[in-house]
Amino acid sequence: MEDLSKVLHSHPFLSDLDDHYIGQIVGCAQNVVFRENEYIFREGEEAKRFYLIRTGKIALEINGREKGRIRVLTIGTGQILGWSWIILPYRWHFDAQVLENVRAIALDGECLRKKFDEEPRLGYEMLKRFSQILEQRLNVTRIQLIDVYKRV
Amino acid sequence: MKVIDKDNLGRLLQILKEKGYDLIGPALKDNAVIYTEINGIDDLPVGWTDEQDAGKYRLKKRKDNALFGYVNSPQSWKRFLFPPRLKLWEAGKKGKSLDIKPALFKTSKLAFIGVRSCELSAIFIQDKVFNNGPFSDSYYNNIRQNCFIVSVNCTTAGKNCFCISMKTGPKAKRGFDISLTEVISEKEHYFTLETGSKKGEEIIKALDLKDANEGEISQAERAVQNAETKMGKQMDTADIKELFYNNLESPQWNEVASRCLTCTNCTMVCPTCFCFTIEDVTDLRGEYASRMRRWDSCFALDYSKVAGGNFRTSPKARYRQWITHKLASWIDQFGTSGCVGCGRCITWCPVGIDITEEVKKLRGNKKT
Amino acid sequence: MCIKGCDPWNKLQAETMMQNSFDPMIPFRMRVMKTFWETEDVFSIDLQPVDEAVKTFQFQPGQFNMLYAFGAGEAAISISSDSSKIGSISHTIHKVGYVTGKLSQLKKGDMVAIRGPFGSHWPVDEATGKDICIVAGGIGLAPLRPSVYHILKHRKKYGRIFILYGARTPGDLLFRVELEQWSKKHNVDVEVTVDRADSTWRGQVGIVTTLIELLKLDPQNTVAMVCGPELMMKFCIDELLDKGLPISSIYLSMERNMKCAIGFCGHCQLLPRFICKDGPVFNFKQVEKFFNVWEV
Repeated sequence: MEDLSKVLHSHPFLSDLDDHYIGQIVGCAQNVVFRENEYIFREGEEAKRFYLIRTGKIALEINGREKGRIRVLTIGTGQILGWSWIILPYRWHFDAQVLENVRAIALDGECLRKKFDEEPRLGYEMLKRFSQILEQRLNVTRIQLIDVYKRV
Repeated sequence: MKVIDKDNLGRLLQILKEKGYDLIGPALKDNAVIYTEINGIDDLPVGWTDEQDAGKYRLKKRKDNALFGYVNSPQSWKRFLFPPRLKLWEAGKKGKSLDIKPALFKTSKLAFIGVRSCELSAIFIQDKVFNNGPFSDSYYNNIRQNCFIVSVNCTTAGKNCFCISMKTGPKAKRGFDISLTEVISEKEHYFTLETGSKKGEEIIKALDLKDANEGEISQAERAVQNAETKMGKQMDTADIKELFYNNLESPQWNEVASRCLTCTNCTMVCPTCFCFTIEDVTDLRGEYASRMRRWDSCFALDYSKVAGGNFRTSPKARYRQWITHKLASWIDQFGTSGCVGCGRCITWCPVGIDITEEVKKLRGNKKT
Repeated sequence: MCIKGCDPWNKLQAETMMQNSFDPMIPFRMRVMKTFWETEDVFSIDLQPVDEAVKTFQFQPGQFNMLYAFGAGEAAISISSDSSKIGSISHTIHKVGYVTGKLSQLKKGDMVAIRGPFGSHWPVDEATGKDICIVAGGIGLAPLRPSVYHILKHRKKYGRIFILYGARTPGDLLFRVELEQWSKKHNVDVEVTVDRADSTWRGQVGIVTTLIELLKLDPQNTVAMVCGPELMMKFCIDELLDKGLPISSIYLSMERNMKCAIGFCGHCQLLPRFICKDGPVFNFKQVEKFFNVWEV
């Protein structure tokens, strides 16, 4: 059986997290696999877990109505999928569809939130890392909005 | 209940013509039994039947000389009540001014000869469709109110028939002017006749028909029972609306999409499908324009096109729209199912998609 | 065509049509009195009746006409003028396709053919006594403008009024002068934002849902009227629901491909609803079940 602690440590998101904290969250972790074209989650569903992507590619999409299927972002190897589990009301904002077979570690949201309540320091370490991801995504989104290639 | 023989039936048709009706009935054409203008009883497809299956229609000679021994024609009476192309108005433009001239329609008196019970139910359904809400479709109503209906109860059923599941046949219960059941054997050939309206009673007055005796009536009933036993398919309609509304995201629609060609055959042959589009044509000088109404289909790619895009492009969504509308949303819109169980969509689908099979599969795969 | 007895939701529409007494498949004529560009690709036209039947043309806020561009076809366009005026109307049109392109070439004195008014209307009567929250995106302010006119004319009948308007860029904002007037003259809270702007814009930048976020609403006593691209409406409705508004307090105006505009041709269906006849204005609970399903 794979030692999940090692896997967690080897993922870029948690690579610099203390062994002590890895040990606390490994109980909330689980290996998961998703096939091409499968939906990992749908918009509006309860956000129960987040995923450390080991390999594969996922598309975040929204129902564009008459504009068709709109793909806003792709997430791949070494990245994380989902932060809605940590922010009320814990609901997904987009559809996540697998483009290339995905191997990931799923971390259960409720399990983690409980652990954060018990050990706030752990919560702080995780939120620090999430804030970084959020800031990156926000910047990327703003630049997408600028529409640098727009024809005048 | 009266009894009528073939000769008198021929005379009945002539009486209708004398009263100013154009006869529309079944005739052989293009290797099929189609509903078209006929002159009299000699035009009927005597001794012919049809063999229908998923994606298959073949004419076959019968062993007897039944007049109405076929199942149903490729198209229905819809093409007479709701013509595939119709000009609505014309417009002229001179300088800044514009004038509109509505098209004139001649008052038609059509007599439909040989309407099946399922087809009659389809006519009732379209009566509701075109008279729903604050407006009425006068183009439909003008033809419909002058229609004379001679319905013929089925004495056989096709492989694709499921009127019993949809509670639309094989015997017509109301809404006809005259209803016939054909009884044919080696020894005899007659029709039992029922009138359903004052118009019907008027027409048969001149024929002085005898009352049917017990034997004749029970023979007719047996003939209709034959149709009941031969029914090719069935559809479970219990809670069918919820079944479709709750399974809009079923993977089954992906599977159907891999087969469906979105060719629109099913909507053209379906006796209840009513979608149409508006076409505006103009001459090159831009001085004359006219507006046509033409049949359309929810399977057409540009059916849901708007200026900003298209709400429904995938074949999966278009098939789902058609079947969900036909069996589920129709109930919310008009109070009945949109399907009469005639099986035409199964017969004329080039890849043989079967609406009854799709319902069975959906029940098997359903979420709750 | 004839008008029959109908259910209460359509009763007012039917009465409006009875007053105008015409066959809804045959257009009647109006004359263009004025045309002007509101933005780079949105123009307004003012129309006066020509045919006798429409000298008394009246509509309810939220209703639409089918405008005919000679030889080209029809477009379903909401009426954007004051519904208390009889006979004369205006349309605000986004030039985005073939038919609207032809309509944009109309000049003063040209005749244009119209069918209407069709459809359901904003609940301006049902919402009396309540706070009103109007949320418009882009061209969506045009179908809401008659509603604003009506509400402001009867200002005392309503509580607080919020008009939230978002557009793509400052150049795409409609009715800027009127927005300012509404804010100044009528004790109405008008908030405007754009998705993106350059430094000459001194107003808010951000999507229109941010305007909803900032409001202090009394959710049980507020009626919301939302109009804009469907995806924008979805985000705004999500935000309004987050604020605690009951589903039945939210109204929206929807759009689909329309051909006959009177509920027969089938094109505008959203599962059981005909957008032209049961809508375009809906109470959200009428469409909520299907609103988020892909490609219905």
